[in-house]
Amino acid sequence: MSETLEALQEDIAAGRLQTDELVLNMGPQHPSTHGVLRLELVLDGEAVVKVIPHLGYLHRCFEKHAEAMTYPQVIPYTDRMDYLAAMNNNHGYALAVERLMGIEVPERVEYIRIIMAELQRIASHLVAIGTFGMDIGAFTPFLYCFRDREYILDIFERTCGARLLYNYMWVGGLSHDVHDGFEKDVAEFIRKFRPTIKEVNDLLNYNKIFIERTANVGVLPPDVAISYGCSGPMLRGSGVDFDLRRDDPYSIYDRFDWEVCVGKGDAGTVGDCWDRHMVRVWEMEQSCNIIEQALESFPEGDITEAIPKRIRPPKGEIYTRVENPRGELGYYVISDGSQNPFRVKARGPSFVNLSVIDEISRGHLIADIVAILGSVDIVLGEVDR
Amino acid sequence: MESLLQSLLGDNLLTLVLYCALPLVFLLLYALLAILGEVKISAFMQDRLGPMRTGPWGIIQPLADVLKLLQKEDVTPARADKFLFNLAPYLSFMAAYAAFAVIPFSSQYVGADLNLGAFYFLAIGSLNVAAIMMAGWASHNKYSLYGAMRSVAQIVSYEVPAAMMLVIVVLFVGSLNLQDIITAQSGPFWNWMVFGGPKADVQLASGEVLGASWTNLVFLPLFLGAFLMYYITALAETNRTPFDIPEAESELVSGYHTEYSGMKFAMFFMSEYANMFLVSAVTAILFFGGWNSPFGVYLGDIWDAQWLVGLEQFGWLAFKGLFFVFVIIWLRWTLPRLRVDQLMYMCWKVLIPFSFGIALIVGFLVVVLK
Amino acid sequence: MEHKEIFDHLTALFPETGLEFDEDVPCIVVPPAAIRDVSLQVRDDEMLQFDFLMCLSGVDNADGTLGVVYHLHSVPLGHKLTLKVIVPADNPHLQSVERVWRTADWHEREAYDLVGMVFDGHRDLRRILNPYDWEGHPLRKDYEVPEFYNGMKVPY
Repeated sequence: MSETLEALQEDIAAGRLQTDELVLNMGPQHPSTHGVLRLELVLDGEAVVKVIPHLGYLHRCFEKHAEAMTYPQVIPYTDRMDYLAAMNNNHGYALAVERLMGIEVPERVEYIRIIMAELQRIASHLVAIGTFGMDIGAFTPFLYCFRDREYILDIFERTCGARLLYNYMWVGGLSHDVHDGFEKDVAEFIRKFRPTIKEVNDLLNYNKIFIERTANVGVLPPDVAISYGCSGPMLRGSGVDFDLRRDDPYSIYDRFDWEVCVGKGDAGTVGDCWDRHMVRVWEMEQSCNIIEQALESFPEGDITEAIPKRIRPPKGEIYTRVENPRGELGYYVISDGSQNPFRVKARGPSFVNLSVIDEISRGHLIADIVAILGSVDIVLGEVDR
Repeated sequence: MESLLQSLLGDNLLTLVLYCALPLVFLLLYALLAILGEVKISAFMQDRLGPMRTGPWGIIQPLADVLKLLQKEDVTPARADKFLFNLAPYLSFMAAYAAFAVIPFSSQYVGADLNLGAFYFLAIGSLNVAAIMMAGWASHNKYSLYGAMRSVAQIVSYEVPAAMMLVIVVLFVGSLNLQDIITAQSGPFWNWMVFGGPKADVQLASGEVLGASWTNLVFLPLFLGAFLMYYITALAETNRTPFDIPEAESELVSGYHTEYSGMKFAMFFMSEYANMFLVSAVTAILFFGGWNSPFGVYLGDIWDAQWLVGLEQFGWLAFKGLFFVFVIIWLRWTLPRLRVDQLMYMCWKVLIPFSFGIALIVGFLVVVLK
Repeated sequence: MEHKEIFDHLTALFPETGLEFDEDVPCIVVPPAAIRDVSLQVRDDEMLQFDFLMCLSGVDNADGTLGVVYHLHSVPLGHKLTLKVIVPADNPHLQSVERVWRTADWHEREAYDLVGMVFDGHRDLRRILNPYDWEGHPLRKDYEVPEFYNGMKVPY
């Protein structure tokens, strides 16, 4: 044994004493991989040298299934990709097929879609914020977030009968009109929900320990974020002012007055875990604004009039993207003129956002990997499709 | 207390065993209460009800939990070091329980009235580290090993400031005997250490007289700081939030006891809860008068029933201890978790310098004022 | 810039490579051996600045060819571009753009895994969604679902 530190270092340098890296298998069953993700961590002590993600534990061949289904039959499959934001998934797919067929949907449908999508965004962000808190070790905010998410799910349930996987937005319309008193329910929810944001801020987001754990951790510079194709809160957390709802407007987002939230590095460096987290918190506020404005001018009308009897898009292809809570959800749909899509490719934001994890994790500690993974906010259903 | 038992059962081995087992009875009852308290308190903090099915308001839930643990299969991983793996949980509980020997539950009951009580408490507390290391190493699991390494580093580091806080009180009282430390704080609550210690001369349990006067108020800020720091280190030594890094669920699954199930897990669990009460009780003893009534008088004295005084004293200690256990639970459900390097920073660069500073000032003042 | 303008701009820069313009989609069809250079050009060109690869999809065209479709977006300029590469199914080799846009890393692995084109120059071309020892490429139109995987019967 080496007696002193110098002797120890000499021994290591001379090769008499070997140090080695440790490979730690994090997942597929692990409390904080948010599903069945397997991360192979190469560690030097507690510091991470390399992260090798292994995906596919939840691969269900969405794209293969889609080729064997008719166009409307694909919609329930899209629900199951990002199962925390099923409304937004429906929305993207419905938009893609509508554009392929050149369908204009009625005003009322657009409004309902927007309100549903924004409610879903709040619900999804609540899960992201809560689980991120739990990854850092704070359990209570998680339940506060889930309590509020419950109100949203109740609204969805009253409208379409489902709480998680809705199959609600159809090509050209919706499966059901909203229930009686929908506007009242949503307005009531917004009124109750706004104070919660402050509650979560007080309890979690501005907690000294929380900031210590998340600020300056997993810094993602803007150019790297763009090169890796990161989108959504991931990209905005890095200070890139880019939101599809404003910069590539779809549906009727251009009619509303709201702000794109961007990470400013208030607690540390721009693009750290805290920024990504706070972008989600601020976005919930903006979603509330959009919903309130949409409720003010909520039109009457028939929601089924644009639903085509026979969905058989002309030959062609289209790439449509919408702003999911997690980022850019793209559908690349190729039609060969038959009633089944020739090819449906889904570009899941979680899949792309996850690919950056190795880049931003190196040199951090194991505990930071958990924080980084939590701030990326992946849904494995979408990563693996 | 010992004499009472002796008069009932005679001076034999049974008496001795019973005498030693008294804290165990208390500990088991307390563990049941604490398990229920943990689930119920967390539930109320989180806008939910907690267990409601087992008994009215779920009050027999802890019994159901214990039954579940008893029935569980006792798994030993194939490549574990079986001897160490099986020994570790019992050693861990033993270490926690052995420390109860010097805890004075009342002026009449203390397992072993050592004049080195405070020192013994520190020494036996460190034994837990060995148990944790054994568990982590023997499990043959990387998560366990990481948990154990972190835990050992954490406990060993935090023992330094914890010991310094003890030394501060010991310096002031001039005795390592915990019973002496408590007696020094007898009388109303303003005589407690956290309020600057006794304000008039007191006779210690050992017979010596501790000279004191109202000038002791100068110690108030020092002891208040010492109390806060001791409580923080106590949280760290019991591996509770925000210092629950060794078993950080979201990182290390559950640290050194990842591979344990059934009774062996229950042993670790018991030892964690026992440690929680232990550090809470020691906090109460060092800074909050131990078994002293905050009013300075006992109902037993008023009604002339000496047996009641002992019970009251035990009640006060249990109340104070449980209150600090409650605060530990409260913190757990409020705060996030620190990172391992921040934890070490906090210990070596914040707590230790401050604790040495306070110890220096207290030592100086003690010399000057006496 | 519109697709046609971009096409004219690129043909001026790459007169020899044989870029084609597909009016229907619209998109620019790039030969497999030139995709890397074209990608670098569209990324770094002052007038184009396509720094964001939205999507990279592998497609089996069911006519003996495989296609790779690149959907590009420019964050600073806000315009879009679609590039296409067509490769024969029996020799599905094309250049990798993994080093041009880092996001292409996983997308190319996915295209390789599911459709089976080989990206030359990719540093880590492994399967990504299917198990590493999976046989065949499921999104090929002629793919037959195997009855057994590693000796285990596949339920349907």
